Amino acid sequence: MTEHTVRSFSQDLEELSGDLARMGGLAEDMLSDAIQAIASRDLALAETVVARDPQIDHLQVEVEKKILRLLALRQPLARDLRQTISALKIATELERIGDLGKSIAKRVKLIDGIEPANALKGVARMGRLVTAQLKRVLDAYTAQETDAANKVWSRDEEVDEHYQSLFREVVTYMIEDPRTISACAHLLFVAKNLERIGDHCTNIAEEIHFLVTGEQLPVERPKVDALNSN
Amino acid sequence: MSRMDPMPPLRADTLTAARPAVAAPKPATKIKAETVSVFYGEKQALFDVSLDMPEKSVTALIGPSGCGKSTFLRSINRMNDTIPNCRVTGRIDIDGQDINDKAIDPVLLRAQVGMVFQKANPFPKSIFENVAYGVRLHGLAASRDQMREIVESSLRKAGLWDEVKDRLNASGASLSGGQQQRLVIARAIAVNPEIILMDEPCSALDPIATAKVEELIDELKANYCIVIVTHSMAQAARVSQQTAFFHLGKLIETGPTESIFTNPKNSRTQDYITGRFG
Repeated sequence: MTEHTVRSFSQDLEELSGDLARMGGLAEDMLSDAIQAIASRDLALAETVVARDPQIDHLQVEVEKKILRLLALRQPLARDLRQTISALKIATELERIGDLGKSIAKRVKLIDGIEPANALKGVARMGRLVTAQLKRVLDAYTAQETDAANKVWSRDEEVDEHYQSLFREVVTYMIEDPRTISACAHLLFVAKNLERIGDHCTNIAEEIHFLVTGEQLPVERPKVDALNSN
Repeated sequence: MSRMDPMPPLRADTLTAARPAVAAPKPATKIKAETVSVFYGEKQALFDVSLDMPEKSVTALIGPSGCGKSTFLRSINRMNDTIPNCRVTGRIDIDGQDINDKAIDPVLLRAQVGMVFQKANPFPKSIFENVAYGVRLHGLAASRDQMREIVESSLRKAGLWDEVKDRLNASGASLSGGQQQRLVIARAIAVNPEIILMDEPCSALDPIATAKVEELIDELKANYCIVIVTHSMAQAARVSQQTAFFHLGKLIETGPTESIFTNPKNSRTQDYITGRFG
């Protein structure tokens, strides 16, 4: 797209994209480190994740300030308007992903004593899938590519399936050995957090679709869970 | 979904998504332009413009300087007739009647289709006479009392009555720019038009006067078809229901104002309204 005649307008929009890219990078790193920390029960790594959360919160505040300023001073229209509004919503999604990553990291010390390595392997597998979804959707945002975004949107079904099977698996561990119930419960929360991150990725995918096309994706996306199955 | 299927469960997202909004009935077309071209001598200023303008609503014409929007506006009340060497082809219908038909009296047409210009042009007469002049010319008042009623009613509709009721004999030129513009609108309304054309009516006005004229346009649209040419995107967005984008004498895109300003279909429209032109 050509530049605005008033170049500082283009610069404002580029700065906003830059901030979001930084937030996305932070969220990606926090997530993959949190999963690594859970899988290898690495307390020190978990603590670095928790320590990084304020950075992403701070960036969200900065992004909101910039957006307010953009709306007031530039009165953006058409695609510029959609870009501004979707930046606002995506910043919120990324900040939530950061929070969920922090929450996962905080549970590392609470899953001590989980004996079956399989349980942690299952979480690590789900974590890798969700991390890949996040990376794909952030790349789709940078490229403003709807096909890539739509693929993330439909692959969330896979994330839900992983969560369902992990849920069943962890419940069997709890039944087999009640001493693991406490640790397994935390593991379930970790799994749920990963599933929520997957949902946030699909929200970002919806925003990308709206930004590029001006249309909304269907209200109901593919869902697989015990609540929605017949 | 057949009538025998059970109702879906009541969930917040189905309440809005599943039940379609009851659409407001589409307003009838008041002005219909079909492949209108305008020539100034050999130079063609407008190329095959077709546009429907609905009744009881505001259509905004936007586009860069020289794109033909004012030329198009002037075709609607045959003001172009007064320009030497100006030729109009194509067809413009008002209520299904061709306005360029030989049977149409342009003077009567210009009572039915009022016009307001960028620079308010009150007559060098009193406020009262400014409004009464056209009424008298067209024989619309049977008595002095009726004339006074018409003048008061027009000034009220134009939102000017309270400001001028105690000085109706003062000169029209003694009013502020914004008041003069509203006086000119009152003058136009007094002769019972069905259509009001406005060519950048607020360009010379301060923000408060502009807001008053925009509020007036909002009220008038309940009863008139209004077509407004404006350089201000924000104004077009604020006052109109339909927006038409012109460029180099061609109509590039028309649509509901909301769509044009949030999701225009044509890239040239997008470039213009986002300030990417040039």
